[in-house]
Amino acid sequence: MGKAKDKSGPLGRRPDNSAFKQQRLPAWSPMLTANTVLPFFYLLALICMLLGVWLLLTVQSTQEIKLDYTELGNCDQCFQLRKNVSYAAQTCSCKVEFSIDRAFKGDVFFYYGLKNFHQNLRRYMDSRDDEQTLGRKNKLKNPSSYCEPFAKDAGVPIAPCGAVANSMFNDSFTLTYHPSRSRTIPVPLLRKGLTWYTDKNVKFRNPKTDNLTLAAAFEGTRQPLYWQKPVYDLDPHDPTNSGFINEDLIIWMREAAFPNFKKLYGILNRADASFTKGLPKGNYTIDISYNFPVQYFQGRKEVVLTTLTWFGGQNHFLPIAYLVTSSLILLMAVVLTLAWWKFGKDGKNMKE
Amino acid sequence: MVKAAKDVVPDPELVRKLSCLSSSALHLKGSSSASLSSLELTYITDFFLALAICNSVVVSSPSQPRHMVPEAQAPLKSLEEIKLMFQRLSFYSFSPPQIKGSPRSFTSKLFTRGKTSSFTFNTPPNNSTDGSDPALECSQDTCKLKTKVDLPDRRDREDSAAMSSGEDLENLMEIKADDDGVKQNLEGMGGDGESEEDIDDELLYEAESPDEAALVHAARAYHCTLRGRSAESLLVDLPGIGSLVVQLLHILPFDSNRKRMSVVVRHPVTGQVVVYTKGADSVIMDLAETQKGSEQAQEIYSHIREQTQKHLDTYAREGLRTLCIAKKVLEEEEYEVWLKRQLLAESSIENQEELLLDSAQRLETDLTLLGCTGIVDRLQEDVPETIEALQEAGIKVWILTGDKQETAINIANACKLLRSSDRLLSANCGSRDACGALLEELLSEVQHEEEREESSLDSTSSFILVIDGRTLEWALQEELKGSFLELSCKCKAVICCRSTPLQKSKVVQLIRDKIGVMTLAVGDGANDVSMIQVADVGIGISGQEGMQAVMSSDFAISRFKHLKKLLLVHGHWCYHRLANMILYFIYKNVMYVNLLFWYQFFCGYSGSVMINSWVLILFNLVFTSAPPLIYGILDQDTPADTLMKLPELYGASRTTKVYIPFMFWINMLDAFYQSLVCFFLPYFALAGSDAGTLSFGSPINTSALFIILLHQVIESNTLTWIHMLVLVLSAALYFGFVQLYSAFCVVCSHPTNLFGVETLQITQPLFYIICTLTTVAALLPRILFRVLFNSLHSSAPLRSAQRDEAAAERYRQRMKLWNLKHSGASSLQVHADNPGLEPIEDEVVS
Repeated sequence: MGKAKDKSGPLGRRPDNSAFKQQRLPAWSPMLTANTVLPFFYLLALICMLLGVWLLLTVQSTQEIKLDYTELGNCDQCFQLRKNVSYAAQTCSCKVEFSIDRAFKGDVFFYYGLKNFHQNLRRYMDSRDDEQTLGRKNKLKNPSSYCEPFAKDAGVPIAPCGAVANSMFNDSFTLTYHPSRSRTIPVPLLRKGLTWYTDKNVKFRNPKTDNLTLAAAFEGTRQPLYWQKPVYDLDPHDPTNSGFINEDLIIWMREAAFPNFKKLYGILNRADASFTKGLPKGNYTIDISYNFPVQYFQGRKEVVLTTLTWFGGQNHFLPIAYLVTSSLILLMAVVLTLAWWKFGKDGKNMKE
Repeated sequence: MVKAAKDVVPDPELVRKLSCLSSSALHLKGSSSASLSSLELTYITDFFLALAICNSVVVSSPSQPRHMVPEAQAPLKSLEEIKLMFQRLSFYSFSPPQIKGSPRSFTSKLFTRGKTSSFTFNTPPNNSTDGSDPALECSQDTCKLKTKVDLPDRRDREDSAAMSSGEDLENLMEIKADDDGVKQNLEGMGGDGESEEDIDDELLYEAESPDEAALVHAARAYHCTLRGRSAESLLVDLPGIGSLVVQLLHILPFDSNRKRMSVVVRHPVTGQVVVYTKGADSVIMDLAETQKGSEQAQEIYSHIREQTQKHLDTYAREGLRTLCIAKKVLEEEEYEVWLKRQLLAESSIENQEELLLDSAQRLETDLTLLGCTGIVDRLQEDVPETIEALQEAGIKVWILTGDKQETAINIANACKLLRSSDRLLSANCGSRDACGALLEELLSEVQHEEEREESSLDSTSSFILVIDGRTLEWALQEELKGSFLELSCKCKAVICCRSTPLQKSKVVQLIRDKIGVMTLAVGDGANDVSMIQVADVGIGISGQEGMQAVMSSDFAISRFKHLKKLLLVHGHWCYHRLANMILYFIYKNVMYVNLLFWYQFFCGYSGSVMINSWVLILFNLVFTSAPPLIYGILDQDTPADTLMKLPELYGASRTTKVYIPFMFWINMLDAFYQSLVCFFLPYFALAGSDAGTLSFGSPINTSALFIILLHQVIESNTLTWIHMLVLVLSAALYFGFVQLYSAFCVVCSHPTNLFGVETLQITQPLFYIICTLTTVAALLPRILFRVLFNSLHSSAPLRSAQRDEAAAERYRQRMKLWNLKHSGASSLQVHADNPGLEPIEDEVVS
């Protein structure tokens, strides 16, 4: 009531005499001049420098080995074979040899890499149905139109539908360690536990089985056109890694950001007595089941073995970027110090 | 305003004469012919009656707001009203003047006596009404008697009735809002007029223009009080006669062509039809040129006219607003004839305006001059300081006024537009050719002077062009426009006097279009409306001249002095805020959208995005929408007091120094750099890794948000808690949204399904390492630019701010001294020069 009364009369429309409406708010003026920012600059340079050095030292301790096996050794034959799509059904395997000079200490990660493969192409990224891979029954039989033209094969729905699933990387690798000429030890790789927790447990679910076998759950669907086996058969030995929750599939379905990328294939199982400390130095071979054709997009395939740090794989860019930034800040700080020294030490000569 | 308008101090001599004459009229009662003094009394009474009724003033009182119309009051409350009833009855029933006299005087006597004892002083003159009637008739029709020559010149000098300023509205409003204030004021007034009753003090006059109200108040000071107004009649108290009902026959309202207004009334005393005309001195003097009657009377009359003209000139020189009052007595037949034509004109459908004008002009002829008035037009406070500050800020000030040339020059003098060293160039001429020649002549004079000054390196004097309405009419014509503009550009200030509203707007339009400057028009009256509308910025001063100017303006202020703050502080801020906010907006969008652009090189130019589509949508809409607005509302590049102290700081915004191509391109360059950094640092950090598209977009988007927000912190001149709150909220909102979105939305926004991405990202050190590096690296050039800019090439505002900081104490002392000196000097000058003048309307051209 009192307020309403205040609002009447000729002065009713006068704005309140508040600090905000009268623009009298107490304000801090960040007067950015040489003398005020110099300490900040030196501090920032120091912090960046320390961080850069720390990152550099960390990265130096990592080890990485990359093998482009596209046409390496006897894989060349397979490469030629895969040029012709009519031999797609034929299996082809090859062997790649390499040696490690320095032991890989700690967890060793086995990646496969692809080059010039645009998983981030807009129409490619569109071509998937998250609801189907979430295990929704209606979507299983009735995939989203986003998946076209990989939604149905002759009227039968494809599971999993879409271009992303259709183009799934299907080379497989077996790593073998040769401690001596005669002895061979297969290197055990963990092929589970590679994915994000949320992907494995929430985003990708198999259709409800109701005590049926997985194959029965996928009844009435067809495998993607380029696949050699149906989705429920991806890992015949482990039903918790088969169907939509197959980890290779999940990893593949996370489209890579760049055309050159790597995806996790397996982690060294350090429970095995020979590899508790990582990969020892010596000779290794990789048996490759060579299925994925890359010549259509002038791509390359590679295998990457690496150890990781707390901030990711072997990447020298970040520490160097920190060091460069630090030196730039230092340079600026020095320039500003000179300017401050020469001109505005006490603001006196600002006056004229 | 109430105080100002009512503060009429009656001329004691005139009051004495009036009362003396009133009482002497009593003794003259019954004499065969009107004496010299009764004729003078007639004139004076007529003059004040005209002042009181020749207007459209509405009377109201606080207890009875609006029209205090006697007829409208159904329940009769007081004797006053009963008296009115009687009077009206008597008036209508006994219309012939011969019979009507005595009953009316009887009633008025009766009721005035019954009413209050304070009226005793006025009672005797009541009896004189009968006696003076023949005298009045005689004086007006035959005019055989020698009148005292200076009689009609009795001026109404309202020495302190300064109120045309029209900008006193604030006061008025304050008083209206506070009834007690009014009462106090009025009670204070009541003490002056001893014959006035308490109820008189309740009268409030609401006039279209303050001049009218001033005149009514002036008449009241001489006990000629307007008590009420209805559609058909007016109630007037006359000195020595008492309350009279004046039958109002017609009002011919004011228009700017005729420059006068008239009322046609039936004179309450004589019963004749009388026309009272009030208007601009030149017009009335022309209309009242000759007087019918004997040679002697004509001689006297022409003498009177001469005297009046002299007085008018004196008033104008003193800066008073002059008006002339005249009357005309109509014969009944004459009136009948005119009435027919007037009614015809009123009822006609075609050309009604022309017919009405014609009819009015036919009526307003052969007027008898009654006198003239001079109204003090008090200058508002701080006008000279304001104009000085505006000129220091580099604004060219023009005065466009309807006043006479002398008045206008006086006003210019009073508001320090005109200094003693300035040279006045007057342009008055009668024909187009003469005008052209005159302009050329003045131009060559100015050029000559300039050359002389250049050679002598002494440029102290500057030119002020004074041009009157008639010359302006020629000067605004196509052929002479050019030389007029050239001349006015060379002058420090231009004063256009006697200009019509149309001319004002034409002048503004001419300047705006031809010189290509920003024009600002300030005015308070209805005659400034067209000018205010034409100008780029129209400012209305709310005041007694009504609300038309305010309603047609872009900004309304209550006092002229507020113009200084409006322009120097708020104008300055507004420009800086707008310019900086627009630059920031453009920067923000270029920077953000470029991130998506860079990604196209890596996704086969397919239009893919690495950021979730909802985040993309909300980024501009929510996450970074409030900070630029707050920046645009609250930023103050220079403190208000500094801006007020140093008007020259306004120059930066006047000459548009902030929003220039250089600043725009600097911002674009910075936006490009930042987007490059913001995209490519994460790119190189993640190239060849197993990062997914959205995992790549996450650090980019986060650092883009921080860069954009911190960029604003760097750019802001002032930071308040609101800035802080908004910045923190923006960031919090972003994180809150993406976290919740990626935690709960499993199959949302295909194909950029964010599920699980952001919740994973904030657990990874790499995310923070990338974001920190990107933000720091992106903001480095901007901060360096700012620091170097502020340290080396510090702008005038910053310099003054630093000066404040560096030698705060000394500076404050000096400023205090300076202020003291200035305020003392200026206030002295205002009062010494001209205690009562006011710039009606100024046109400020920047």
